[in-house]
Amino acid sequence: MIDLSLLPDGGLRWLDASGPGGHIVLSTRIRLARNLEGYVFSQRAKDADRTAVLTRVEEAAAASRHLSHAVTFRLDQLDRADRQLLHERHLVSKELAGLDRESRPRPGAALVLMSPVGVMVNEEDHLRLQGMWSGFALEEGYAALEAIDSELGRLLPFAFHPEFGYLTSCPTNAGTGLRASVLIHLPGLVLTKEIGKVLQGLTQVGLTFRGLYGEGSEVVGNFFQLSNQTTLGKSEEELLDHLGKIVRQVVEYETQAREVLLRDAPTIIADKVWRAYGLLKYARSLTFEETMNLLSGVRLGVGLNLITGLSVYTLNKLLIYTQPAHLAALEGRQTGDPEPPPTVRATYVRRLLEAEAG
Amino acid sequence: MLCDNCKERDAVINLTQVEHDSKVTLHLCEQCAQQKGVETGVAVLKSPLGGFIASMGQGGGVANVLPSPADGLRCSACGGTLRDFRESSRLGCAQCYISFDAHLRDLLRRLHGSSQHVGERYQAPGADTDPRRNLLELKDQLRRAVDSENFELAAELRDRIRVLE
Repeated sequence: MIDLSLLPDGGLRWLDASGPGGHIVLSTRIRLARNLEGYVFSQRAKDADRTAVLTRVEEAAAASRHLSHAVTFRLDQLDRADRQLLHERHLVSKELAGLDRESRPRPGAALVLMSPVGVMVNEEDHLRLQGMWSGFALEEGYAALEAIDSELGRLLPFAFHPEFGYLTSCPTNAGTGLRASVLIHLPGLVLTKEIGKVLQGLTQVGLTFRGLYGEGSEVVGNFFQLSNQTTLGKSEEELLDHLGKIVRQVVEYETQAREVLLRDAPTIIADKVWRAYGLLKYARSLTFEETMNLLSGVRLGVGLNLITGLSVYTLNKLLIYTQPAHLAALEGRQTGDPEPPPTVRATYVRRLLEAEAG
Repeated sequence: MLCDNCKERDAVINLTQVEHDSKVTLHLCEQCAQQKGVETGVAVLKSPLGGFIASMGQGGGVANVLPSPADGLRCSACGGTLRDFRESSRLGCAQCYISFDAHLRDLLRRLHGSSQHVGERYQAPGADTDPRRNLLELKDQLRRAVDSENFELAAELRDRIRVLE
């Protein structure tokens, strides 16, 4: 197993719910796509080229001020359980971790991590600088990432074109290479059936939405990731401002929807919230999807002050630690063992809730 | 705000067009926007390259972006062709942007509404901008010299690195 104790916070600082708007906006994730001049992009590169890219990134990180104490995880040398663990923590993409069916991480695939920021090396692009912050933190996040980007850019030659900006493997990322996404919990809009309109509105203002794990993932537990769709033709500040403005608006809509629910259907909402809490607290078998949906209900209850004595931190922690690879790691399972049964998940959830709320 | 076109329904879309060098913004309702050919569906936009790739897969639909006679066009640096790009929707290297620039400019405009980067300008590092950069560059040259079995150059580079370190 990999030793995540090398990271003081396990790469999960954002779980602490310390950021602004913590109960509706869970986290802010920002990434910048960069490639090195003179090397074929990762997907088409030979193994030796990818290794050379990784060496250069590691050397630059070591020489830098911002990443000098970073830890490198070689995805191509980790077993599946460990790769899945890193993916479940949102530290690496599914592609980098080689988790798609019958795929393996490509040689040279690595994560250079100094939480809360890290560099995925040899993903679709040579470098994907990224970080995750608690709550609604676009400015703070971008400032941190920009500092690393400009330092690495002085140490490594990035591929840049005066017209097209930063050059990326997929033209959808060219220009700024910036993708900012905000993970947001919208049960009020889902329950009042307003969500379709809101999501459609998003796409009309140049934003896009995804599920909990980014591109291609399903929406579960009413958790949505809202992000900018275009990366070229607008400055970084404009892209972030626009996303921020729309997110604030969506938070406002969500708050209004919750008020409507409390006003027009207080009994139904209270029943829904407490049923979710009851099931989480006493069930003896829970699938991941069911857990997400119940957590959504309880989170709504905490947001509406119907449930007290339960911290958002615990709810965030449950989101991460009830995933298969995390449960397996808690259980001390060995590589190659089957996924832990749903009874293990129920036991874990029950213990955590008992410890906090009694 | 009411729709600028029908003046009946609420406007939900802002359509900005450039006419005779001046910017005109129309506020449209969904129906009028669709009549004007503005895509309002959610499905198409879920994947940024969604519509583009879908039409590439069927052939023909994207002919005005990547004309098929140009399919054999080859990047001088990585050897990738426009057809490779069409099939994988990934470019081979940074030089592809120059080798296929006319095609990509068109595509970038469709994807992003513009092909002109206005964000942060990147200054490629010169040898003298940062002493750390100098050392990293020498280390890279050393690896290349060893790989190509140019041991004389490797020895010289190693000495220079030792001095800097």
